[in-house]
Amino acid sequence: MSDSLIAITGDDFVLVAADTTHTRSIMVVKESGEDKIMELDSHKLLAASGDNGDRNAFCQYVQKNSALYRLRNGTPLSTRALANWTRRALADALRKHPYSANLLLAGYDASPTEGKPGKVSLYYIDYLASMQQLPFACQGYAGHFLLGLLDNGWRKGMTREEARELLDKCIEQLQTRFVLGAPKFAIKLVDKDGVHVIESADA
Amino acid sequence: MARAYDARTTIFSPEGRLYQVEYAMEAISHAGTAVGILSTSGIVLAAEKKSVSPLLEPVASSDKMHKVDSHVAVAVAGITADANILVDHSRLVAQRYSYEYGEPQPVEQLVRRVCDMKQGYTQFGGLRPFGVAFLFAGWDEQHGLQLYASDPSGNYGGWKARAIGANAQAATSILKQEWNDELDLDGALKLALKVLSKTMDSTTLTPDKLDFATLTHSEAGGVAFKLLGNKRMQKLLDETTLDNTEDD
Repeated sequence: MSDSLIAITGDDFVLVAADTTHTRSIMVVKESGEDKIMELDSHKLLAASGDNGDRNAFCQYVQKNSALYRLRNGTPLSTRALANWTRRALADALRKHPYSANLLLAGYDASPTEGKPGKVSLYYIDYLASMQQLPFACQGYAGHFLLGLLDNGWRKGMTREEARELLDKCIEQLQTRFVLGAPKFAIKLVDKDGVHVIESADA
Repeated sequence: MARAYDARTTIFSPEGRLYQVEYAMEAISHAGTAVGILSTSGIVLAAEKKSVSPLLEPVASSDKMHKVDSHVAVAVAGITADANILVDHSRLVAQRYSYEYGEPQPVEQLVRRVCDMKQGYTQFGGLRPFGVAFLFAGWDEQHGLQLYASDPSGNYGGWKARAIGANAQAATSILKQEWNDELDLDGALKLALKVLSKTMDSTTLTPDKLDFATLTHSEAGGVAFKLLGNKRMQKLLDETTLDNTEDD
């Protein structure tokens, strides 16, 4: 809950931000430098919040299974298929050995037809295995502060600059009003050219 | 000489052959012919219904054609009971995939899974192979319309047009001559009928001796798998006989 994840989609990109702290209860294990946005493959990002151990283990599980599918079948999973697979994995584990991980999955899927533009999508998946495709989303307490701001500020077809401005406003809000508003956020973007690191998690 | 290597399915003969697999293929060569033809606007699956006894109660379902998922169908040649097991297995595979991924399974992956099962019976377990060959017709987003054929060894291939079952050789030579990449669905239906009329024993073709189906895709409606009813079948027979008489 103390982790903050924010994601905003445009027509052909998804911007994903995550705080870079590693905390446990009232202690700060590491103030910055923790990268919570995993690059699943060339065109997919998985941002995760939750207990550090579960977060890492589950994200790696998704990443490796995604790679296995690609190797077996010669083609990567679509974002939608991977989101469904991930949700199913969380749902199956839920009443056995649950993972406490909350996720934002963002991806770009090339069109099967040569020359046609692909599409981007963003999926919110929480630790109870609820899933929803959304134009923008948050995980953690951040949502309490930001969903109103995002409701007002988001429009379909925002440019990268506009999305970044909106994201900066969100981060500023957290830093002002959220008692756990981390100073440093890592920011990554995914579009047809792949994954781009806008702000590195490294301190 | 070969007899000594027959009993166990899972051993090679000295010449490097798997006799049980070959015997399975022999069984299939006695089964009703099935033909699959890829066209620009859909896939035709057509089959001969073998020896319809007048005492048999007609059933609604076909024993030659089966829908596996909303986007995949199969035509069968071989031992019906064996085929039913594999068709059911492929239905499970398809549903498990969409349960896990929330999307229809790519056609080739489904074919590969069924074939992997067939292959298992040629390598371990000591059970005989399935005496079935399939023609899979399907559509997926990545590759569009596709036609695959599989045999008891677990091998499969993608085809533009393919025949399995009795007289498959004869059927194949006609297909080789007549198939072209500009055939539309109607052309494919007529070609399938022409092929079957040459390979079947009976002199006159009637709808009750044939099972015809089409698998098509449209942006609006998605994938449609349709078994041709008797009236439609009779119309096709009338149209094609007319064409044939013109050729003669």
